[in-house]
Amino acid sequence: MPVGPLVGALNDLACGAFLLTAFALVVVRQVQECLWVFVLQSVLLASSSFLLAVRLRVPDLVAVGVLTLAVKTVLIPWLLRKTVQEEIYARRELAQLVTVPASLLVSLALAVGAYLLTTPLGTATVGAGRANLPIGTAGLLVGAYTLAVRREAVPQVIAILAMENGAFLAGVAVAPDLPLIAELAASFDVLVIALVMGLLTRALHEHVGTTDVATLRTLREEPAPWSPS
Amino acid sequence: MALRIFANGLQVVAVLALAPLVRGVVDWWKERIQSQRGPSIIQPYRDLWKLFHKDEVVSTESSWVFRVAPYVVFTTPLVVTLLIPVLTAYPLAFAFMGDMLGGGFVLALGGVWAALAAVDTGNPYGPMGASRTRMVGFLAEPVFMIVFFTVSVVAGSTIPYIVQQRWVASPAAFFEPAHVLLLVAFLMLILAEAGRLPVDSPSGHFELAMIEESRTLEYSGPAAALVKWGGAMKFTVLILIYVNVLVTPWGLARGPGLGEILAAIPLVGLKVAVFLAVLGIIESSVAKLRLYRISEFLGAAFVTAVAAMMTRLF
Repeated sequence: MPVGPLVGALNDLACGAFLLTAFALVVVRQVQECLWVFVLQSVLLASSSFLLAVRLRVPDLVAVGVLTLAVKTVLIPWLLRKTVQEEIYARRELAQLVTVPASLLVSLALAVGAYLLTTPLGTATVGAGRANLPIGTAGLLVGAYTLAVRREAVPQVIAILAMENGAFLAGVAVAPDLPLIAELAASFDVLVIALVMGLLTRALHEHVGTTDVATLRTLREEPAPWSPS
Repeated sequence: MALRIFANGLQVVAVLALAPLVRGVVDWWKERIQSQRGPSIIQPYRDLWKLFHKDEVVSTESSWVFRVAPYVVFTTPLVVTLLIPVLTAYPLAFAFMGDMLGGGFVLALGGVWAALAAVDTGNPYGPMGASRTRMVGFLAEPVFMIVFFTVSVVAGSTIPYIVQQRWVASPAAFFEPAHVLLLVAFLMLILAEAGRLPVDSPSGHFELAMIEESRTLEYSGPAAALVKWGGAMKFTVLILIYVNVLVTPWGLARGPGLGEILAAIPLVGLKVAVFLAVLGIIESSVAKLRLYRISEFLGAAFVTAVAAMMTRLF
């Protein structure tokens, strides 16, 4: 029995579920839920790369999947919990800048736009991984939208990481035989980004007492002690 | 031909007879999951028996609409039963009388009459429940439409008997995203349409929080029994569409023999029981949504359905 079509369908399914997690990130109301949705999204990304490794016979993609699992489902949540613990476990509702149904419709429009945008490019990934390019692009756009409507620091960090996930999902299908070192560098980059932003958030929390970035309206420099004025 | 008409009648009788049991089983599962003892699974039959032997009280303020509505609520699910695969995997006599869209309209007719009857009485809770049900209804409508569009794009038809054959053609067809996302969206629709937990509490008797139940507060005696039975049948029909058309046609009779058709009853019952167990788990693990969050729940269902269509269409 040929397993090819089944693996292809499962990969498409992982992509479809990935799209749903991107939508979920826009609307969830607890920081911890945000993190869990992100972990789920990373698991789906990893399973997509495993399935594509089988489908396209590219063993490198297995390493990419393992790397994704290690960095995005274990290290990044651990790092965020270490640096901004009280923010992650805060049991309060996140404010929504746009109402949930409206946000969902905007995200849906972005996803349709991503499909319209990438369908002409479909020849690059014909056959296997047909769903990766449009859904990855949709993940990128919806992630950017999440970044725009979230007003708290930790969900914004997660939104940036989700954008990166979207780019990765498109990447594994468009360039499956990218040198492994590039993937490794990208993963390390993401890890450092998460760490830096986590520390920044922590500093923000210590200074201002909140991580609600909506209240940050002006940029002010601390007067340096040695300044002549 | 005669046998096909007979089999069609048989499936109506099966739904009629077993619908209260479905209610009983889902309550039984919920009690078990929440480690309570609860009533027996045949309690809904006892309730119906009791109600049929009671006197009926009709408000002098009400008109004929109030009196006709229970019959409409009772018969519309039976009409839909003629159209959908309940026991057989091949089309029966009335299968081509209407498609899934038609079945949806017939089910909605029962809902409209129930709402009219609720407004007809002077009871203040009736119109409140009716307007809330309509709100859930019009939010669910676009999701239904998108689900039907997706089904018609994928299977090339909206006749349920043809649709069900599509998903078992190959495992790849079963796991394609359009199918799985459709299943998720339709599950959310069942929860909303049948008044199950995240949308409406089926066991709650607090009038201000009621959605579905408050429409029938004014009914008593046999009319209340008909409305309850009709509600149970609508729930059963929705579940049957889900498990037999959208999930799988496994366990349905393939041959024309009467023995095979009768043997399908326990098999389909098993599938429904598994579905009800899943429903019990869902209902035991979520809290009721606030009224204005229902639009978010159904918005999520809408997005899921559109995602299903997009992955297929482009």
